[in-house]
Amino acid sequence: MKITRNEVEHVANLAKLNLSEEELARMTGQLDTILSYVAKLDELDTKDVVPTTHAFSINNAFREDEMQESIPRDKALQNAPKDNGESFVVPKII
Amino acid sequence: MKPFELTIAQARAELDSGKLSSRELTVSCLDRIKSVDNDIHSFLSVTEEEALRQADVADKQIASGGTEALCGIPFSMKDLLCTKGVTTTCGSKILENFVPPYDATVVEKLKNKGAVILGKVAMDEFAMGSTSENCAFDVPENPWKPGYVSGGSSGGSASSVAAMECLGSLGSDTGGSIRQPASLCGVVGMKPTYGRVSRYGLVAFASSLDQIGPLTRDVRDSAMMMNGIAGYDKRDSTSVQESLPDFTASLAEGLQGMKVGIPKEYFGDGLDAEVAKVVENGIQILRDAGAETIEVSLPHTEYCVAVYYLISSAEASSNLARYDGAVYGYRDQDAESLIDMYRETRSKGFGDEVKRRILIGTYALSSGYYDAYYKKASQVRTLILNDFQKAYESCDLVISPVTPTPAWRRGVHADDPLALYLSDILTISANLAGIPGMSVPGGFSADGLPIGIQLQGPHFREDTLFKAAYNLELGTQLANKCPDIA
Repeated sequence: MKITRNEVEHVANLAKLNLSEEELARMTGQLDTILSYVAKLDELDTKDVVPTTHAFSINNAFREDEMQESIPRDKALQNAPKDNGESFVVPKII
Repeated sequence: MKPFELTIAQARAELDSGKLSSRELTVSCLDRIKSVDNDIHSFLSVTEEEALRQADVADKQIASGGTEALCGIPFSMKDLLCTKGVTTTCGSKILENFVPPYDATVVEKLKNKGAVILGKVAMDEFAMGSTSENCAFDVPENPWKPGYVSGGSSGGSASSVAAMECLGSLGSDTGGSIRQPASLCGVVGMKPTYGRVSRYGLVAFASSLDQIGPLTRDVRDSAMMMNGIAGYDKRDSTSVQESLPDFTASLAEGLQGMKVGIPKEYFGDGLDAEVAKVVENGIQILRDAGAETIEVSLPHTEYCVAVYYLISSAEASSNLARYDGAVYGYRDQDAESLIDMYRETRSKGFGDEVKRRILIGTYALSSGYYDAYYKKASQVRTLILNDFQKAYESCDLVISPVTPTPAWRRGVHADDPLALYLSDILTISANLAGIPGMSVPGGFSADGLPIGIQLQGPHFREDTLFKAAYNLELGTQLANKCPDIA
């Protein structure tokens, strides 16, 4: 087994996903199949290989620090699931 | 010939000569959508009024001597490109009611050139999938054969172009999502070099791999659309300041002196015999047009699926962390605490495949597994990139199949995600290496399903691909073909 049911539960918790018993069982099986397959990468010795995160190197893209128009508040709030006309409203945090 | 049957270049000539108005062309496409889309299901939304308004503006621009090549031409947009004031769902319940307050750069560019946008087309949820069956809404059919997949994730883009509901479409390609549906639906699909086209306003899936590109009915149209969307954008810091050619300029050039590499790893076990035959025919066409062919090796091809599913899922798990119900998108309103709101919103808003990839990605990035999975995959990515660099020392581009088989029946891989992932083996490397790749119609299976041919070139050499693709198209005579659907 590459991954256990407990580990899937832990990862789901990290990712803020609730999985039903059925989903947990199914996902564990599917993730195990996928992770067993990707273990194929262990065939390769990559001790001295530099990782690639982007296909070619891009330097930091700087721009002048100038004032620009931003989206007006009403537009920013237009997709809010809940708002009070000024802010996004979410359940109490503390 | 009805207006909707015209290619972009043909429509351009008719619009400029005054034989056709953009309104007539747009109405023709809208009528076509009305008559076939109940069967094809390409469109998630059709913005008829806005399209007609844009067409009228375009007609005025043309009448006053406007010279933009895409002015007055009707397109469809994959539903992960933000369109100001028009719902952008990304194929997901979690964005079902999301109305962007701004346009993606590519959408803005097309609009500024006078293009007409007909509506938004179906896709796999968050572009994760190879059949568009992961769409939370309608699933597009393959216009060539009912009951068969259109491919994915840009399935609606490919089906809308193949069914002649629009003259072209913009899709996105993270591991083959433009090229694969283009191949399965018999249209031309171009994934440009990473950084060639701005992704500002594209709903992100895997940021080191995603790229926007056109799906069209012939090669010239593809080059015309590339002229319209390519270029540096200060709002996307990964877009690059490379000089921009006129992508249509290389089409008429001959292939004398061109060296075409044939990567032996792309012709291995599991390649359908009909697909192999179509690609062999394509190779012969290029030879007849003056190109020289040589065998090349891309020895790490067999590892690309594993690398891709680790890297793309890791990036997706991070990108999709933003869907928490707080500021836009679906929210579970019953949750009493903030954490419950996050959990319930995400659990109810995301579909199965998206959850699966978030889990894989979170796992690959989690403490104790990072080195074994994410870092290892990033190292093998270097080897894959090196393979291409070495191959391009001896050839100008490589030719191969796009997919191991033609389109398959819907529902076939429903319970076996890995089998479906493996079908992407021939398109994934281009994204990992950031190189341009293209799918061009090559022929048909005995069952009447389209089969594409893939061309992949060095960074920023889309011009080389267009030149070879145009010659392929001359040889196959498969430009602007439409299935008999209405």
